[in-house]
Amino acid sequence: MKIIVCVSLVPDSTTKVKVSDSQKSIDESGVSYILNPYDEFAVEEALKLKEKNGGEVIAVSFGTDKAKDAIKKSFQMGAEKGVLIKSSSADFDTFTVAKNLSDYLKGQNADIILFGKQSIDFDGLLVPSMVSEFLNIPSISVVVKLDIEGDKVTAEREVEGGKEIVEATLPIIIGAQKGLNEPRYPNLKSIMAAKSKPIEEIPATYTGNTVEIIEMKLPPAKAGGKIFTNGKDDVAELVRLLREEAKVI
Amino acid sequence: MSNKILAFVESKDGKFKNSAFEVVTEANKIATDSGAELIVLSIGTGVDAEAKNLASYGAKKLFSVDLADINSKAPAQGFQYSPSSFAKVISEVAGSQNANIILLSGTSLGKDLIGRIAVKTNSSVFNDCVDLKIKDGNIIASRPVYAGKSIIDVKANNDKLVLSLRPNVFKAHKVENENIDIEKVDVNTLNLNEKDFSSVVKEIVVSNEKLDVAEADRIVSGGRGLRGPENFNLIEDLAASIGGATGASRAVVDAGWRPHSEQVGQTGKTVSPSLYIACGISGAIQHMAGMSSSKCIVAINKDKDAPIFQIANYGIVGDVFEIIPALTDEFKKVVSN
Repeated sequence: MKIIVCVSLVPDSTTKVKVSDSQKSIDESGVSYILNPYDEFAVEEALKLKEKNGGEVIAVSFGTDKAKDAIKKSFQMGAEKGVLIKSSSADFDTFTVAKNLSDYLKGQNADIILFGKQSIDFDGLLVPSMVSEFLNIPSISVVVKLDIEGDKVTAEREVEGGKEIVEATLPIIIGAQKGLNEPRYPNLKSIMAAKSKPIEEIPATYTGNTVEIIEMKLPPAKAGGKIFTNGKDDVAELVRLLREEAKVI
Repeated sequence: MSNKILAFVESKDGKFKNSAFEVVTEANKIATDSGAELIVLSIGTGVDAEAKNLASYGAKKLFSVDLADINSKAPAQGFQYSPSSFAKVISEVAGSQNANIILLSGTSLGKDLIGRIAVKTNSSVFNDCVDLKIKDGNIIASRPVYAGKSIIDVKANNDKLVLSLRPNVFKAHKVENENIDIEKVDVNTLNLNEKDFSSVVKEIVVSNEKLDVAEADRIVSGGRGLRGPENFNLIEDLAASIGGATGASRAVVDAGWRPHSEQVGQTGKTVSPSLYIACGISGAIQHMAGMSSSKCIVAINKDKDAPIFQIANYGIVGDVFEIIPALTDEFKKVVSN
């Protein structure tokens, strides 16, 4: 089975976000970067599919040189090869990511291409379905359960109030949701093995953002709230305020 | 440059969902503010009877596509719907009607369709918008990024745009309008083919009738301060007293006390209800990122230094096991009045 997983590097979720001087991006000083958490579920699922069906897992990323770290983390989990589609600039939008990935993936004939359902920086939830359109391959996202028997795909996808059971046939694009599996922790052996795994670098095929960021700002600060300290004796007053002041009850 | 807006509305069993009215309200507002024409597109079953409801939110022209007609174009039957076919239908109608701006609600379906439509129609795309403005003839959207820790204002480099509105943020408002012209769309004009049914939803499984946290206007969430799964009945009772949904912090989901579908936070759901009550939740950055755009936040925690109090509009420091039942009783009194 040829299994490709697309990964990206994102700021750690504990990052306290500050806006940079350009007012259009985050201030990167002091930020530590991690493999996008949703991509971990994608990599794990890729490895499980390889263990069951044979084949290889290739980790692909689009971005600047820094993106190699996402590939290296994938290697530590067990991916065998990596490809960096190298962008000359850090200023690219979702369309540019999807287009570059698609241009590469077109020639790869993968059986399955896995993504995390969204990256926790731009929270677009767009790349898997856009790549699906560019490649003309079906995609299923927010997947919490995946079964592949032969070329038959059955996936459970989370929706409001429940789940959808979706069917398709290979080749397929999957957007992984938390709960799909339990990502394995790299051990010393896999971390050492990762060091010699190859990352192929190829140039970006497309530039040209379709969305322009005019401004990045912090959400309005909340004015200090009314905090009571008498425990349950404050309940009546709290409810009165919710009703009369906040008007939410 | 004159714009034409197409608003896609969702329905279930012949009734339009709340998200439909939110989308029509906002689409109508944008249309009015920018001098654009508005058309509404529905894919569903038997919605024509309900069309007058859409009219009262500002819709004057409805293109109605019957779901069964779409499904009849599939190579094999026995499924509920195919998202790709919806994306094709929406793109084709927008194309034939020369609508350059497409609005959807950011529901699970909307989020699944929007990227597909963007590529099919060569449009710029903004997902999960929380605000829209018109400036110099352009739509400027605000959308949360970094799990809501920051907001970006974005503009399209293109005169074609598809965007989704975060549910429960744009309120539905009625306007003075009763007239709506309904046009039934002939599926044979929509270029549907086999590829549009390459993935199909066979079954929709409803999880035990509980109101989903992503759709609720009022949420009561519990965290580690509840000490164990057996105490979450307090959270459920409090939520029930105000007709709300139950939510959970990541800690209690990871501990197996509550299902992942209830998790609010960076790796759970992002919610923006009118009222969010956080009980026994300390307020880790990742949790706050998931609920900080709630309109009114109430925190109950025994630790006065818990970070959640910094973003709460109201709070009580004290024992959750005393406060929550007292709050439930007080809500029952007030809500029944």
